[in-house]
Amino acid sequence: MNIQQNSVSENNFEQCIKCTICTVYCPVAAVNPDYPGPKQAGPDGERLRLKRPDFFDNALKYCMNCKRCEVACPSNVRIGDIIQSARIKYGPQHNTSLRNFVLANTDLVGSLATPFAPVVNTAVALKPVRFMMDKVMAIDHRRVFPKYAHGTFTSWYRKHAAAAQEAYPKQVAYFHGCYVNYNNPQLGKDLLKIMNALGYGVQLLDKEKCCGVALISNGLYKQARRQAQTNLRSIRTSVKGRDLDVITTSSTCTFTLRDEYPHLLELDNADVRDRIELATRYLYRLIQEGKAQLKFKDTTPLRVAYHTPCHMEKMGWGYYSIELLRMIPGVEVTVLDSQCCGIGGTYGFKKENYEVSQAIGAPLFRQIEASGADIVATDCETCKWQIEMSTSKPCEHPLHILASRLA
Amino acid sequence: MNNTYDVIIIGGGATGAGIARDCSLRGIKALLLERSDISTGATGRNHGLLHSGARYAVTDHESAVECIRENKKKKKIAAHCVEETDGLFISLPEDGLEYQSVFVEACRRAGIRADVIDPKEALRLEPSANPALVGAVRVPDGVVDPFRLTSSNILDARMHGAEIRTYTEVMELLREQDRIIGVRAYDHHKHCDEKFYARVVVNAGGIWGHGIAAKAGITVNMLPAKGALLIFGHRVNNLVLNRCRKPADADILVPGDTISLIGTTSSKVPYDQIDNMIITPDEVDLLLREGQKLAPQLATTRILRAYAGVRPLVASDDDPSGRTVSRGIVLLDHATRDGMEGFITITGGKLMTYRLMAEWATDLICKKIGNNEKCRTAETPLPGSTESREEVDRKMRSKPVVQRRSSISRHGDLAVKIDSRTSIQNSLVCECEEVSIGEVEYALENLEVNNLVDLRRRTRVGMGTCQGELCACRAAGLMGHRNPVCARKAKEDLVSFLNERWKGMAPIAWGDTLRESEYMTWVYESVCGLSDEENRAAK
Repeated sequence: MNIQQNSVSENNFEQCIKCTICTVYCPVAAVNPDYPGPKQAGPDGERLRLKRPDFFDNALKYCMNCKRCEVACPSNVRIGDIIQSARIKYGPQHNTSLRNFVLANTDLVGSLATPFAPVVNTAVALKPVRFMMDKVMAIDHRRVFPKYAHGTFTSWYRKHAAAAQEAYPKQVAYFHGCYVNYNNPQLGKDLLKIMNALGYGVQLLDKEKCCGVALISNGLYKQARRQAQTNLRSIRTSVKGRDLDVITTSSTCTFTLRDEYPHLLELDNADVRDRIELATRYLYRLIQEGKAQLKFKDTTPLRVAYHTPCHMEKMGWGYYSIELLRMIPGVEVTVLDSQCCGIGGTYGFKKENYEVSQAIGAPLFRQIEASGADIVATDCETCKWQIEMSTSKPCEHPLHILASRLA
Repeated sequence: MNNTYDVIIIGGGATGAGIARDCSLRGIKALLLERSDISTGATGRNHGLLHSGARYAVTDHESAVECIRENKKKKKIAAHCVEETDGLFISLPEDGLEYQSVFVEACRRAGIRADVIDPKEALRLEPSANPALVGAVRVPDGVVDPFRLTSSNILDARMHGAEIRTYTEVMELLREQDRIIGVRAYDHHKHCDEKFYARVVVNAGGIWGHGIAAKAGITVNMLPAKGALLIFGHRVNNLVLNRCRKPADADILVPGDTISLIGTTSSKVPYDQIDNMIITPDEVDLLLREGQKLAPQLATTRILRAYAGVRPLVASDDDPSGRTVSRGIVLLDHATRDGMEGFITITGGKLMTYRLMAEWATDLICKKIGNNEKCRTAETPLPGSTESREEVDRKMRSKPVVQRRSSISRHGDLAVKIDSRTSIQNSLVCECEEVSIGEVEYALENLEVNNLVDLRRRTRVGMGTCQGELCACRAAGLMGHRNPVCARKAKEDLVSFLNERWKGMAPIAWGDTLRESEYMTWVYESVCGLSDEENRAAK
């Protein structure tokens, strides 16, 4: 008889059998020799940190939390989570440089910037301003900043869309995220157009905060946790109070709400997790199950190259976006090799990471240039910025392409 | 060749190494002979517990007093081998609280600080402890690394002129009438006999001392009691956990370096079986069953390996458990006891009291050879323990943090000698324990390494969760590079290292440990093609 026969340890890192495949797949380890790689930073390092917390290595900050190590791991070790949790538990507790604060607070900075969007957009594009930001804040001067929108998505929604949504027989809730709200309200409008065409009204959550992914990666854990709690409350009201599914258009927001909340912020979301979904997957299912049908007007040939964002790969949902694109008449889809574009959210904005970020993305950029595609599609906003900055192609969300060709 | 010494010490455990150091510090010309590597007997096969003495306080006052004195000294002279964790004696509902007051009183009588603390406070200090505990006493238990301790003693002895010969086995005690005048020993590397002469021969063979004494026709009756232990993959606890009850099986959980270990069992074994330790399924079950009462998460924590040692107890009665026997030090002057001059035996005792045992033995040697030097080992720090961890850390700032701290915890202030000038030297051999190429090279140069298993004892190569899966071949490559031997021998060494790792995994080969060992087999047999060598080695 053996006591351990049917037991599974809570310490997930014990499952690591040191095969090292995670380090082979790590985009950072491949180009940055200062990063010890996921195996060492994760399961190996955790054992040492359990011995003494001062075995924490600051090089863990080079992990950009892409989770490709977890996708590669045949032993189901949550390597990326181990590394991020170690940063939370053992890392510097007051990591709030001005730069990290600005990059992390997408919500706050977005709401400050949108009223002055024309000025802000022009300013951050100016060489002297970028030079100053580089010197003062260590935001790399070569980085092209995403543009802010003239007015937020939510204000547009309230003024022009909210009332009409009530009329639809079926309803869905929408977690728009910071990007749609401050940078690209058009994507939100595209989603409304598509859902409305299928007979669905789109509701906003009672109260939505930034999902917190940038706060987590910049060390602002307490704030991340507070915002997560607000979001979970709102999501619960929608899911449980109004029986509405919650859909999102950002792969990273989706991943954060579903998986990072319980794994990194220790917030139990099991009661609502399955009802939080990526819009493309939601749509694909509706169409596959014959519950909805889309009519297209524009069928001019368009060659689209799809890039699978890291968190999309982790969720295993790239398939839905790709298949959805393939349903559009006239669209020819090539799937790019699944590899990191290098931006890693706010990671690539930091001066110290710029070179690494571009080196990681280089093979992808080359493939995009050689693809002959008219446009690149992806579900992640930061991938979009990186691809548009680093290649000659425009990059859009699959739903934007879909919406623009609807009847 | 000069083969005459003041003293010959037989046995390279902590005691033998301690005597070699003590003698050399007092200007006595010493030779230490060890049939295998240093710390291969009971020294390297125990809990690695820096006893406060609390465990013996109730049953053995004398041992408890010796322990707490040596505990305080070791924290000073062997700081880099010791971790001051403190320990808890917890009372579970089934134990009751009656023993606690007896225990605390006995500790105080022996001079051991013993603070009764609130169960909630105990769980805050040690979250892995059984939450059902009804009482807890905090004592100054700690952790000691026996390999490092022995190695530093050897290093210091050599620095002061002692000669250390490992893999040299004493075959015969040379006798001239009623006097032992030297030994005939077999060198396992050169495959030849050599004779060494000295005025005093010290038998510090631990449990094997029984057989050594027998070579002089002298009976030292030892009571071999096997103790089995389990090593868990990582640290479960940070304070030593004990049960507050009469000493029994599997009631100590020690956080040693990167792992935790539970032990021990106690069973009498025949003397002819002391080189043949096998862990039985019953022992594994017992260790787990009792262990999870101390820390419930042991029921689910991955086990790395199982091993057993033999307590070198001197039989005073026929107690089959070997537990009521005193752990006291036994120093026998065979001149007065058996009429045999020039021969003494030091045995009994425990790792905790190795220094005191060495002091007693060296005092007797001094008396016999007319040396008046005083013992200095109680005050003189061992090599590696002369500077604080923080000071050494500051000196090594340029090295990667994890590697730096790992090497400092293994070598103390001697870690600065590890060459890290090139990026190759900073590359890792052992990833689980963060052993760099530079550190392996340092060990090969300075720490008397003859094979991969020796290297493991000096550096922890292969002691992590992968048990040699990634590091064994790298280390073998480095050893071959430094000391070119024929490929066949290098492979044989690799095979014997891997088999030694496997021996410890076999009794607990299930779950992730089994999965990992299968992967390891695949790497070495299928990819490296080691299976042929293994068959040849077996023949």
